[in-house]
Amino acid sequence: MTDAVFTESAYAARLSEHKLMGTRCQSCGAVYLPPRPMCGACHGDNMEWVDLPTGGTIQAFTSVFIGPTAMINAGYDRKNPYCVGIVKLDEGPAISAQILGLDPSNPESIKIGTPVKATFVERGDDDNQRTYLAFQAGEA
Amino acid sequence: MTVRKLNRGVAIVGAGMSNFGAFPGKTSRDLFVDAFQRMRASVDKGLDPNDIEALYIGNFSSDVFENQGHTAAIMADWTGLTPRPATRVEDACASSGVALRDGILGIASGMYDIVLVGGIEKMTNLPTERVTDTLAIAGDMLYEIPVGFTFPGFYAALATAYMNSYGATPETFMKVGLKNHENGGLNPLAQYGSTIAQVMENKKKRAEAKGRPIPTWEDEMAFLHDDRANPIIAWPMRLYDCSPISDGAAAILLVAEELAGSFTDEAITITGTGQASDRAMHDRNDLTSLSAARLASQQAYEMAGVNADDVKLAEVHDCFTIAEVIATEDLDFFPAGAGGKAAEEGRTARDGDKPINTSGGLKSKGHPVGASGAGQVVEIWKQMRGLAGERQVAGTLDIGLTHNVGAAGQTCVVHIFERK
Repeated sequence: MTDAVFTESAYAARLSEHKLMGTRCQSCGAVYLPPRPMCGACHGDNMEWVDLPTGGTIQAFTSVFIGPTAMINAGYDRKNPYCVGIVKLDEGPAISAQILGLDPSNPESIKIGTPVKATFVERGDDDNQRTYLAFQAGEA
Repeated sequence: MTVRKLNRGVAIVGAGMSNFGAFPGKTSRDLFVDAFQRMRASVDKGLDPNDIEALYIGNFSSDVFENQGHTAAIMADWTGLTPRPATRVEDACASSGVALRDGILGIASGMYDIVLVGGIEKMTNLPTERVTDTLAIAGDMLYEIPVGFTFPGFYAALATAYMNSYGATPETFMKVGLKNHENGGLNPLAQYGSTIAQVMENKKKRAEAKGRPIPTWEDEMAFLHDDRANPIIAWPMRLYDCSPISDGAAAILLVAEELAGSFTDEAITITGTGQASDRAMHDRNDLTSLSAARLASQQAYEMAGVNADDVKLAEVHDCFTIAEVIATEDLDFFPAGAGGKAAEEGRTARDGDKPINTSGGLKSKGHPVGASGAGQVVEIWKQMRGLAGERQVAGTLDIGLTHNVGAAGQTCVVHIFERK
């Protein structure tokens, strides 16, 4: 793993090791998750990998009853909905992710501001198996 | 921000759209020919198609929907306009709103005098899951869709943030759908041109005919709360909060303002245009507003020299009911957090003080995504000229507005129209 490569595949490789890492601009300090090679704030390209906090809070969410093909293949449907949302990391950026440990069939019970902790889920068939960042509620 | 003005006035002298709906056996080129001929018929003093100098065609994804790329040159051919320059514009569901802007810039720059702007989308060839997957490519295919977001999901997440910030409830959004179906019920070109009450009545009749128990909903809100009749797609967005899968096309004729008199004595002038982009939802500071819509509308208002209070009616991008609520705030019709209440109080109804989506909106009229922005302009043009039939808004409609959104606000484009 070359440290100076800030691509999606480099990020995916870190996720597969259950590491939550983003990039930080060494010129202006802006932090990015997912990682990116160029800083959108100062337009510099002096990036470095940085460990990110694994705790966060739910900023927005939904319970998806009609999912995309990838989630249908993962076993989700109308009778087994899932939660996806936007989680703001403690003192860090926000990211889209599945949120586990909630009751997706009872979305009225889910509260914005709920603390969550990063976790990693494996999805896909043998050849296409990948690790995705997700968050777990109830253990934060 | 510097206030930019067009170097030259631009007017609409013709506008037409195909019916929106599901039309097996018709391709996007058939629908576009239909829209083109209706546009021609709308030009008061007639149009010689040979006078058209260029085409800008909004189209999101014929590539996947019809296995057909490079659609603008085909539309030029099918309307007899080869070899004029024909440009396809793709900005997700804002494609034809942006095509309109490109057409305006083409005339304002002095490059052209007469431009055809269009929008096309043929979505119903594919099964629903594949349509969902196709629309999803307007989101971030690396970081949003693979983790489980869908388009209803994006807007549902905005809805939860909105409810949390402002105390709105799912009923707030249901009332927007009710209102848009009331309007669409008066639009003969609408895909779902039925009021919710009519939908309920039809379902009862169908149950009776099939010998099934006849549903007993107390009223429309009871129907909209019924999980079977109105299933959750992505909470709090239910089926009747979501725009349908549609086929359709629209065509608009733009000319340099000084030439408008040779086409009509009732030209509608475009006085403001604004467009902005935004990042993925998770990179935004505010999830109760679309910042690109706020920026685009500010640009358009400043260019036109008007403000939100001057606007008599608007077509806004209600791909989901929450989107209409947020749009009415981003356009400054109502303060942040007040759009939901305004809708519940009927202020956005046809007889309210700020009529929104008199066409039925994307919800009831239909949402052939690449044609939707141009379709909005057709409605504003009809309303401002008094041609909207049963759904005509009363009073002098001297200023109108369209608000067209790509994806979950990654693109927004706003136009202001004036009848002088």
